[in-house]
Amino acid sequence: MSISIYVPRDSAALAVGADRVAKAVAAQAQNRHIDVRLVRNSSRGMFWLEPLLEISTPEGRVAFGPVEPEDIVDIFDQGLGQATQHPLYLGLTAEIPFLKKQERLTFARMGITDPLSLTDYEDHEGFEGLQRALAMSGQDIIQQVLDSGLRGRGGAAFPAGIKWKTVAATPAKQRYIVCNADEGDSGTFSDRMTMEGDPFMLIEGMTIAGIATGATVGYIYVRSEYPHAIAVLNEAIQIAEAAGYLGSNILNSGKSFSLIVRKAAGSYVCGEETALLESLEGKRGIVRAKPPLPAIEGLFGLPTVVNNVITLASVPIILARGAVFYKNFGVGRSTGTLPFQLAGNIKFGGLVEKAFGLTLRELVFDFGGGSASGRPIKAIQSGGPLGTYIPESQWDLPLDYETYIGIGGTLGHGGMVVHDDTADMSKLARYAMEFCALESCGKCTPCRIGSTRGTEVIDKITSGKDREHQVVLLKDLCNTMTYGSLCAMGGMTPNPVLSALNHFPEDFGLTNAPAAA
Amino acid sequence: MAVDAIPLTEQSRLAVHQVLHRRKDEAGALLPILHDIQDELGFIPGDVVSDIAAALNLSRAEVHGVITYYHHFRTTPPGRNVVQICRAEACQAMGADALFAHAEEHLACKAHHTTEDGSVTLEAAYCLGLCASSPSISINGEVHARMTPIKFDRLMAEAREQA
Repeated sequence: MSISIYVPRDSAALAVGADRVAKAVAAQAQNRHIDVRLVRNSSRGMFWLEPLLEISTPEGRVAFGPVEPEDIVDIFDQGLGQATQHPLYLGLTAEIPFLKKQERLTFARMGITDPLSLTDYEDHEGFEGLQRALAMSGQDIIQQVLDSGLRGRGGAAFPAGIKWKTVAATPAKQRYIVCNADEGDSGTFSDRMTMEGDPFMLIEGMTIAGIATGATVGYIYVRSEYPHAIAVLNEAIQIAEAAGYLGSNILNSGKSFSLIVRKAAGSYVCGEETALLESLEGKRGIVRAKPPLPAIEGLFGLPTVVNNVITLASVPIILARGAVFYKNFGVGRSTGTLPFQLAGNIKFGGLVEKAFGLTLRELVFDFGGGSASGRPIKAIQSGGPLGTYIPESQWDLPLDYETYIGIGGTLGHGGMVVHDDTADMSKLARYAMEFCALESCGKCTPCRIGSTRGTEVIDKITSGKDREHQVVLLKDLCNTMTYGSLCAMGGMTPNPVLSALNHFPEDFGLTNAPAAA
Repeated sequence: MAVDAIPLTEQSRLAVHQVLHRRKDEAGALLPILHDIQDELGFIPGDVVSDIAAALNLSRAEVHGVITYYHHFRTTPPGRNVVQICRAEACQAMGADALFAHAEEHLACKAHHTTEDGSVTLEAAYCLGLCASSPSISINGEVHARMTPIKFDRLMAEAREQA
């Protein structure tokens, strides 16, 4: 009987040598004439353990990690799955606390299956949502999504079902489903993992969205920094088409849906939905004024659903298991789960899918094990470059959309970037303004000019020139940016700036927290 | 840095025309066309702007505007290796600024410039999606994580040897 050995193909595994490990496994198997089935699976999302090697045993899959190519000889010598005395042996993968404590709905297959194996996907609930959707009316599908309480996972948290309903209700000769895979926020990688590790789930979610709203064409706009994701998606689309899950007459239903992958070109603001649409149309990624809403006048002026990868990837399980099942996870109006991403200066970094409502402290300490440097944690940025720096006094609040809005923050895309006590918060605040200046599309003045003035004012504050007055100026500038910008780029850049200033005034050379603006 | 226009070889022009022929009727074709040209030639020569504009019925200004708007597109040839170092927050939290400074010193080359021998173009990236394995870099599209100055120097030596 052959033994299955798993070495992930996720970028985060490749970036630490997974290909070399896979090669070593294949070579050893050949030398020893052992019948090994080498599977290049997706990643479990325990990135401190990558490359993670898994071996099938009668009790289940056991793990070793982080594995170097040189370790492979020993693992083979000690009997592969029986190598329980090997220093890198981690026991049954599913029993590793970091994984066991999670509630993986969207990421249920992650690390388990081969991303491009249709059989693996079908064996793990794949396409069950689509099968159900094909037997339902578009209206009923939308009702399921509405009832699940699913909100946009890209950051804005707008109810997905309402977007879909608007698109379906707008008369048009063509409608579009656009997947926003321009995951530009530092600290986030759940979209990348989904595209590289479970592409059929995204394809299924988009197809369901198409059937529900009457759209027959979908675009996936993927950032150019993700070449592996683009390659996997293109391959998966071909496989799904060949098997009748995509294209014309899906599973003999008479319904059609086709998908096109579009490569972005390194503009952060194209993660904003209207700039993204401009870019898809072949123009500069300049933000559009709303209204008109993209749901009414979107891509090429036609009704368009624009949803994030995780939003669309959450749809199959909602259809497969029902809205009630999904809604029973989470708290208040934050229903379901969020794939949180632990990043930056963190000991056990990776992907943690949990129902809304746990705390940042649980996430960063119980799952993340504290800082990688071993030093005290100073601040945690929640929600990407436009997110707030959260000081320790707020680490015990529940992670849900409303609570975070209440403290002037955002959960965003669920990325949490940890900084230890060596971080200079004035430097990070300056970087936020600098990044905004670099990435501003230039359409509105508060963002285009405000960001450059912001870096200058922060420089004056830190160099002690007329400090008190400059703090007043900075707050005034942030106020203008918050309320005067066209989109979140300029509108939310003040989040990291002001949270750094308010919670860590000493880093700006101030003795007391500045009075509220 | 101003660069004299590099005359296009016949072969390059043919490649551009093939891309235009293949793509011009797609909806919103400009970005895919620019990607294909850059993948083929390594950059987008100023010479081809009018060809693209004519094929898509756009003005040259519109095409120029798109090329210069996006960070990904380059109008001058890069070095034989393109090295991107992530400078975003998660990597900053793990020493990316020091790594970038080391790279500039080791390569004797500033950000967004090419080394004197033409072997390496050094660029900043703003997130490679490897934020739990910071700092991360990419060499010709291949990603490398948990980067250290020693590892960086070794990878650079390997890349320059191959180029």
